[in-house]
Amino acid sequence: MSIQSEDVLKIAHLARLGIEPEQVESYASDLSNIMVLVEQMSQVDTSDIEPMAHPLDQSQRLRTDVVLESNQRDALQKNAPAIEDGLFLVPRVID
Amino acid sequence: MYNKSLKELSASLRNKEISSVELSQYFLARIKHFDGDLNSVITSNEEVALSIAQQADKVIASGGGGLLTGIPLLHKDIFCTQGLRTSCGSKMLDNFVAPYTATAVNQLELAGAVMLGKTNMDEFAMGSSNETSFYGSVKNPWDLDTVPGGSSGGSAAAVAARLAPLASGTDTGGSIRQPAAFCGITGIKPTYGRVSRYGMIAFASSLDQGGAMAKSAEDAAIMLQAMSGFDEKDSTSVDKPVDDLLAGLGDSIKGLTIGLPKEFFTKDLDADIREKVEAAVDAMKSAGANIKEISLPNINLSVPAYYVVAPAECSANLSRFDGVRFGHRCESPKDLEDLYKRSRGEGFGDEVKRRIMIGAYVLSAGYYDAYYKKAQQVRRLIKQDFVEAFKEVDVIASATAPSVAFASGEKKGDPVSMYLSDIFTIGVNLAGLPGMSVPCGFVNNKPVGMQLIGNYFEEARLLNVAHQYQQLTDWHLAVPAGYEQEASA
Amino acid sequence: MKWETVIGLEIHAQLATKSKIFSGASTAYGAEPNTQACAIDLGMPGTLPVLNEQAVRFAVKFGLAIGAHIAPYSVFARKNYFYPDLPKGYQTSQFDKPIVGLGQLDIEVGGETKTIGVTRAHLEEDAGKSLHEDYHGMTGIDLNRAGTPLLEIVSEPDMRSAAEAVAYVKKLHTLVQYLGICDGSMQEGSFRCDVNVSVRPVGQEEFGTRAEIKNLNSFRFIEKAIAHEVERQIDVIDSGGKVVQETRLYDANKDETRSMRSKEEANDYRYFPCPDLLPVEITSSLLDEMRDSLPELPAAKKQRFQQQYGLSAYDSEVLTTQRAMADYYEDAVNFSDGEAKLVANWVMGELSAALNQHNVDIVNSPVSAERLGGLVKRIADQTISGKIAKQVLELMWSSEHSADELIEREGLKQISDTGALEKMIDQLMADNMDQVEQFRAGKTKMIGFFVGQLMKQTQGKANPQELNKLLQSKLKE
Repeated sequence: MSIQSEDVLKIAHLARLGIEPEQVESYASDLSNIMVLVEQMSQVDTSDIEPMAHPLDQSQRLRTDVVLESNQRDALQKNAPAIEDGLFLVPRVID
Repeated sequence: MYNKSLKELSASLRNKEISSVELSQYFLARIKHFDGDLNSVITSNEEVALSIAQQADKVIASGGGGLLTGIPLLHKDIFCTQGLRTSCGSKMLDNFVAPYTATAVNQLELAGAVMLGKTNMDEFAMGSSNETSFYGSVKNPWDLDTVPGGSSGGSAAAVAARLAPLASGTDTGGSIRQPAAFCGITGIKPTYGRVSRYGMIAFASSLDQGGAMAKSAEDAAIMLQAMSGFDEKDSTSVDKPVDDLLAGLGDSIKGLTIGLPKEFFTKDLDADIREKVEAAVDAMKSAGANIKEISLPNINLSVPAYYVVAPAECSANLSRFDGVRFGHRCESPKDLEDLYKRSRGEGFGDEVKRRIMIGAYVLSAGYYDAYYKKAQQVRRLIKQDFVEAFKEVDVIASATAPSVAFASGEKKGDPVSMYLSDIFTIGVNLAGLPGMSVPCGFVNNKPVGMQLIGNYFEEARLLNVAHQYQQLTDWHLAVPAGYEQEASA
Repeated sequence: MKWETVIGLEIHAQLATKSKIFSGASTAYGAEPNTQACAIDLGMPGTLPVLNEQAVRFAVKFGLAIGAHIAPYSVFARKNYFYPDLPKGYQTSQFDKPIVGLGQLDIEVGGETKTIGVTRAHLEEDAGKSLHEDYHGMTGIDLNRAGTPLLEIVSEPDMRSAAEAVAYVKKLHTLVQYLGICDGSMQEGSFRCDVNVSVRPVGQEEFGTRAEIKNLNSFRFIEKAIAHEVERQIDVIDSGGKVVQETRLYDANKDETRSMRSKEEANDYRYFPCPDLLPVEITSSLLDEMRDSLPELPAAKKQRFQQQYGLSAYDSEVLTTQRAMADYYEDAVNFSDGEAKLVANWVMGELSAALNQHNVDIVNSPVSAERLGGLVKRIADQTISGKIAKQVLELMWSSEHSADELIEREGLKQISDTGALEKMIDQLMADNMDQVEQFRAGKTKMIGFFVGQLMKQTQGKANPQELNKLLQSKLKE
């Protein structure tokens, strides 16, 4: 599966990654090479195989419904690039 | 001092030959002296470390504590440490100080270990050469022109150069074992779910597992013992008592069956490396182990499957780095899209971007079944191969990596050839099995690692085999030239 | 051309858990911004989710209540998209393996019962809120709501009118509150509704292109928005255009829907199983436990009210719409010694009016079911008249006293003593012979005059039946 420049632009947008225009082609070529590697999977027939998402066959543990957290806003917002009145600020969102 | 085992160091602390403060200062001095070339430690915790060492000395003086009390160590900078920067090797987190500590780090702290600092790593653990770090590449102490392996390359180089007796690592596709092999140290990745992932910055959640890097299997066992255990904050953590990893180290391996997967011993394997691994297998045979050839028919598909599963998971795991709540944010974003694209574009390096894009691609509409679902199916086949194999053998042995440490820059421009350096280790992560690497000789003065793979939750047996092997050989005691000297105070 | 409307609904019900779906932070409404958003809710690096047991139990309860298949294993998936109120860059939701499968709900519209299919219901986390007040041209993000558990309930496109859609929403609204899994507050956003609307020519089998209308936070808006949207779509088609698949917002002020200004390309959410969460197993013992814990459901209760209390279908419906009202009613009936119909009239009439007027919920009614029952008992045994009872109810509203205490204290007991009444009637007739003559001349309406005068004299305490009987016989003498 060869990945073209326009594919790179499309997935970079999906992933909200800014990439330099002059790098698009080299990404396309790298990603294409990786996909050639990935394509090797087609060697094996997996039609009856149940997909495996986790290495261990376990089921989800459930947490008792109790409030364990208290207000840690100040500590948690120390890493925030822009805050005001306890809110995280972002460029204006238009619905 | 630097080459003493953990048990010896602990005894020295108890005999008052040295205090924990002195021991910490000793290794801090080695870091200062030697790390300029290596670039293995990127954040020092000197002040806090010395006060923790003081506490440890008090505990020891009162006759309390355990084998790790007062022992200095380093943590891979992927583990969150409250109050000390956690960068994950990325510009994205250059300014990030977590308000919490990873469970594994916490457990080592409770066991009395003294964190000296944080080690360099491939950015977000994506890499096999430690060349993708925002803080510059790490050098291999055995040959500064070669890479230490990755992604836990900083930890491996630091332990190899004896800058600390122990270092933590994480392993998603070989990131503990491959650098351990390249740097001539012992590293173990336990069964998936054995060490909590809470506070360990995720790369690929279903593959990531924390582990121990040390000079010997015995030291690694002591460290892993403290790191392991159930954590209710991690849904994938396994609620199962941890075996005593030390009790059985001295057991004989007589009668144990060691499997050699024929797919790992083909003519593609470097002949010199093959010779070293076979010599190691012979040593274990002479100790009474049975050797048996086995087959893992689908193992050659582990790299292709991995490069779907890991990027898919990472593409979502790294979406939280958006410049809103933490991490790098671009200057004066003009709108929301600009905020996202520039913050992420500037904050992530090339390899991280490549993997995010591959992940977004294989999950996108129309490709999911062909790639993501297919990879999950191949993953099950690979696991089944191992499950079958472990019906016949107790431990599987192979080379850890297809080559010794390669030259810096050699594979940097060629992602696929870089990915193939994890060809022997990746299947273990896909299956979730425990695996380790132990030094088994040198080729061109560069260390060679033997990989040992165990059945689920059989870390104790794995460490037993490795320890018995290290009773027969002393490859693990070799120190790279130049680092045997003491640091000038 | 005759058009048929096709409607499907997606309801997001916030589950009434104490803590969030994947963290131990509180879900309480109305806290200061970001004070209830912990490291996990903020998606901070290295943090991990652990599933809230109560959210799972609530989902199972709902599934059982609509007769749905409960999946023995359901799977959480990541829905990937970027938005500032979505901290992790993905929403943890359920995709191809939801916890609740196909079920159904009966609605009544215009006296007809119709069965609406519920395609599925799945668990997911809520997002935070964007505050668009001006912060130097920036938007503020409050993540307190992020991670609140939601049950998304998706219907089949089975509804054919706004009335049916509203009936379905009301039915669900009643049900989730009955089950105690959602507080149902539409104002606080605990119960939110998205509507998919399309039109097609009557007789055509395939569906028309649908539009999704968001932001509907009252039953009335749902009805109006659908009516408006149907009209808009028919206009578009009639004028030669094509309905486009899009999301539209309902603007209550202008009573219109408008297209959301979104540059978003066709969404590609890249769902895949969340590797941080394992499959959720519903054991048969949990199923049994949840089945045993189900309360009597609205439909069953309504039917029982009709049979047990002899109420009309309408009264039973009104009384069972809120579980709290049904419980109040049944308590009051007990305390009234079984005056089922009279209690029904009082609960739906005077009590509801007073509650509405003071804007109080029935659970917080100042007049308890016991006291109302006591009041009704005194109407039934003719100690007081209905009219006096209204006065007593008013007094009860602002005091703790029982009806009996107040009747005694205020001397409100009805005068049924024939001798006393006869005496008063005789006097009144003697004083008003003109009116007596008029009555006797055939102007029988004049009896009202006498009743009025006597009620005035007794301050309403005269037993009306007794009074009427006596007047009739005396006036005719």
